Amino acid sequence: MIEIRHLGKTFRTKDKEITALDDINLTIRDGEIFGIIGLSGAGKSTLVRCINLLERPTSGEVIIDGRSIGELPEKELLKLRQSIGMIFQDFALLEQRNVLDNVCFPMEIAGKPRAQARERAKELLERVGLTERSSSYPSQLSGGQKQRVAIARALAMDPKYILCDEATSALDPTTTRSILELLKDINRDLGVTVVVITHEMKVIDQICDRVAIIDKSNIAEEGKVSDVFTNPQSAIGRELILPSDRTDALEALGGEKIRIIFDGQEAGEPVIARMVLESQVPVSIIYADTREVGDVTYGHMVVGLPRDPRQAAKIKAWLEQSTVEWRVEKEEVI
Amino acid sequence: MSDMLRQLMDNNVILMGIWETIYMTVISSAFAYLFGLPLGVLLQVTSDTGIRPKRALNRVVGFVVNFFRSIPFIILMVAMLPVARFVVGTALGNKAVIVMLVIAAAPYVARMVESSLNEVDAGVIEAAQAMGANTFQVIWKVLLPEARPSLLNGATIAMVTILGYSAMAATIGGTGLGQIAITYGHQRSKDDVIWVCVILMVIIVQIIQEIGTRAAKVSDRRIQE
Repeated sequence: MIEIRHLGKTFRTKDKEITALDDINLTIRDGEIFGIIGLSGAGKSTLVRCINLLERPTSGEVIIDGRSIGELPEKELLKLRQSIGMIFQDFALLEQRNVLDNVCFPMEIAGKPRAQARERAKELLERVGLTERSSSYPSQLSGGQKQRVAIARALAMDPKYILCDEATSALDPTTTRSILELLKDINRDLGVTVVVITHEMKVIDQICDRVAIIDKSNIAEEGKVSDVFTNPQSAIGRELILPSDRTDALEALGGEKIRIIFDGQEAGEPVIARMVLESQVPVSIIYADTREVGDVTYGHMVVGLPRDPRQAAKIKAWLEQSTVEWRVEKEEVI
Repeated sequence: MSDMLRQLMDNNVILMGIWETIYMTVISSAFAYLFGLPLGVLLQVTSDTGIRPKRALNRVVGFVVNFFRSIPFIILMVAMLPVARFVVGTALGNKAVIVMLVIAAAPYVARMVESSLNEVDAGVIEAAQAMGANTFQVIWKVLLPEARPSLLNGATIAMVTILGYSAMAATIGGTGLGQIAITYGHQRSKDDVIWVCVILMVIIVQIIQEIGTRAAKVSDRRIQE
């Protein structure tokens, strides 16, 4: 368990003090995936670095498994760090070492015999699906592969905790998903507690059990992801979870809702696009469940019409003259 | 071809000069790195952005390094004669020249090493620290290996500079191509002797540069496929 108590961090520059963290209190339970989300500059990177003392907090303490780590002597601290894995946004692999030797690196630092380290590294590379790249160098790998190597490296010392600092921020959406899946598997299979720092809501959404939202050096709110997502309490929470354009779209609804049924007749026809273009009226797609069989579309879609009755009438008129099957939706659809 | 040049060639003086120049350059470079490399590491590691900031120590070492770097080699050579006498027992000849070259080059090497180490990605150093690496391990397993190509490039530049300095050896009774060019070429107005020495030095520099560049390239794992 990682307990963060009244943690504060101020950076001193020549003529001013910058508060990066102010009275942070968090408890990260064993076996969970805990997310810390915030906009850039909110202090989340500093916070995660206080967990392994890469940054020294200026006040408060971090207690890991009952031990306050601020008072640990240097040797003990290095030992502790060996048991906490960490992965980074820019992967931080040694460019002059091949994949296998990169994974061996933390074991080398811990003084593990070389043969044993190589055996373990091979196992880990198999786990992250990179066995055949073990003699490649980082510059020959894609971003996703590099992060897999970094994850294998983080697992080398059988850590109880893994800290992820924006681990997927440099990756494309597909790769992000696969890296997050890997982290989730590791959490489930090995029981490793994962702390995820991110500015992306979808990362939290995909893997975290609980989340803390950090804003302007403070924890704005904290709770189960499902609770925070459905009912954000803080202003920053609402901003992160309901991006402004989506809030606008929800407000723009309120007009009638229409269900359009695709029964396979409109093969290859861009029905909605044509409807909007020809009637010159914008609609919001509220819900859609369609699937393509061959090039024929089956399913249905609910669109929200504008409040303005004249505009709504235009849409209906267009639907009337088309061959599309539709009806006005009475019940609540979302 | 002047008689002088023919004589120098027939007596193997030129050949000897080539050997002496290479010998002095290589030995001096080796010793310059023996002292300069640790000094450079110290400068980088104790700097404000290093892994063990020690401001006072860094400033003192930095000052000493700058002090020696600001003395022109020809002046340094005569000023440091007592040091040569103390270290190799003589203030004359190639042994003394090597001492001078090391005194002049070590601070230069230190700055080169420092700047090579500065290029190492801070994220990788942080990652090593996050894995519990101590200062020595960060230096030995991260800083130096990751900076290897840059260090090799720096060493090439340092060697070429040392070779250039060695041409002034004649001032304190040293030998080599520089001394031949001055004594037999300049002082006896034999232009062809000067030019032969110049061309030979150009060739040696080209060879050092070529070997250095290749070594740096071959050792760099970032651009392979």
